[in-house]
Amino acid sequence: MIAALAARLAWRQLLSNRARLVSAIAGVTFACVLVFMQLGFRAALFESASNLPRALQGELFLINPLTLVMFRPEPVARVRASQVLADPDVALSVPIYLAQTKFRNPDTGRQRTIQLIGFDPEAGAVSFQGLDSLTHALKRIDTIAFDRRSRPEFGPIAARLEQSGPFEVEVGGRAMLIVGAVSLGTSFGADGNAVMTETNFRRIVKERQPSKTDLVAIRLKPGVDAQAVKQRLSAILPPDVTVLTGAELIAWERSYWENGTPIGFIFGFGSLMGLIVGMVIVYQILFSDIATHLKEYATLKAIGYSNHYLRLVVMAAALLLALFGFIPGFLGSTALYSVVAKATLLPLGMEAARALSVFGMIFAMCAIAGLLAMRKLGEANPADMF
Amino acid sequence: MPPPITLSGVSYTYEKGDRPVLREVDLTIAEGEIVLLTGPSGSGKTTLLTLVGALRAMQSGACTVLGQQLMGATESQRVALRRRIGFIFQQHNLLGFLTARQNVAMALELDPASSEATRLARAGEMLEAVGLADKTESLPGQLSGGQRQRVAVARALAARPGLVLADEPTAALDRQSGQDVVRLLTDLARQRGVPILLVTHDPRILDIADRIVAMEDGKVI
Repeated sequence: MIAALAARLAWRQLLSNRARLVSAIAGVTFACVLVFMQLGFRAALFESASNLPRALQGELFLINPLTLVMFRPEPVARVRASQVLADPDVALSVPIYLAQTKFRNPDTGRQRTIQLIGFDPEAGAVSFQGLDSLTHALKRIDTIAFDRRSRPEFGPIAARLEQSGPFEVEVGGRAMLIVGAVSLGTSFGADGNAVMTETNFRRIVKERQPSKTDLVAIRLKPGVDAQAVKQRLSAILPPDVTVLTGAELIAWERSYWENGTPIGFIFGFGSLMGLIVGMVIVYQILFSDIATHLKEYATLKAIGYSNHYLRLVVMAAALLLALFGFIPGFLGSTALYSVVAKATLLPLGMEAARALSVFGMIFAMCAIAGLLAMRKLGEANPADMF
Repeated sequence: MPPPITLSGVSYTYEKGDRPVLREVDLTIAEGEIVLLTGPSGSGKTTLLTLVGALRAMQSGACTVLGQQLMGATESQRVALRRRIGFIFQQHNLLGFLTARQNVAMALELDPASSEATRLARAGEMLEAVGLADKTESLPGQLSGGQRQRVAVARALAARPGLVLADEPTAALDRQSGQDVVRLLTDLARQRGVPILLVTHDPRILDIADRIVAMEDGKVI
């Protein structure tokens, strides 16, 4: 009840100076958009970084324990893929070859680095969207499937495929026929992807020894406990490979970007800066509001309002600013996300959990600004009123 | 019924000051009495008013206001007492962003039992009593100095205080509106039987008082 009256007084006071109110809300909105963009980029980075591991369908994977990140893999002996078949619960194991090479844009002639992913598409361990209808075409020599979600700098590949069917491009200095498009998505490690069979992979990456693969996807028989198989495989395999579940592989890839690069820190720092700028703006507004109304506040104290009540008024003003700054900040960020997602092809979008946590941060930002501004209330001394 | 204000042996020295501004002051104000406190500036009359109004902590002596002993009273006891006192200041000190009615209602929002509708109705009655029935929705900036001070009178009396304390209420007003405001205040207080302690050195309003108390050099003379 008292809090509601204090909030109403705060609201009336904020409304009384429209220019100041608008600049305060703009400040909160600015902080809000800044934090949303930073956290959005960070999440998109981690999400896109794990695009490839998430598209792989194995229950278990083998990787070299020295591999930090999938676009720079350390080799795994191909024979390990055969050895795991010794376990009765393993149905299938598929070696996956990974390498980066140059792809020449057929229109401009410029080269860009593309991620090559080579495996047996018929084995059923990998299912990129659109791959199933291409398995037969990919069996032919010197063919690839192109990731339609690659960056546009590779050329209008998907559009031309639809228009005129398969055509030749230069991949790693070799003429390859693009027979179709799959959908996978870019990451910070790869601007584009091309999918092919092992054989065609080795025709592009000639220096690669056939005995060295990069990743092994293992499919288990239905209803088998993956953890138990993982334990057994870990026990029999030599230490040159690590057995991971699908979730662990995604976490492995993410942890490189989160911990092995300054990227996570940079975006966290950017968010903090946004919050500090917002806090300073809100503090300034609240402080000058109190300073200009010091006499009125002292009068309220004289007629029997407590310090507590006046603190409630300041806090209510801070939280109202948080609320009215957040709403346009949220809407603006949602719009910006879709603009940036279109431009960068990163998986950027508004998420309820992020919106909630940003609201929490903005709320805390304004509350701290309110607490700082409250100290000014001490100067409202009713005894000076006479 | 004990008198609303009893002071005995009240002395006060400011932290920065080297000599006391109040020295062993004794004063009693009876029920419904209107007392004017006069004296040259620096005589201690404003300090006395802030002590009686519980705006300042006591240092020595005894001072009972509306049954509350102020010597050694806590901050929350003093805040509670202030709610039972109507204050009128030199400046009107109305909240600029609230209408006249809302300003008067601020004095009533301290009572948690009251409803918004009764508060606004009561504020309207008070404004009518001070002759501002047609200005209830005006902002202070749209009113003349005399009208603003009349809103302050309405605010001071709205919560049915047991005592009114006023400090130079005519200082910022011209002769005519100053006299109007003070007469309005004293008439309303008399109707309700509320005692007033009014600090002034405006000789034009001395005739309204039941008693005039003169102070000099921290003492009642």
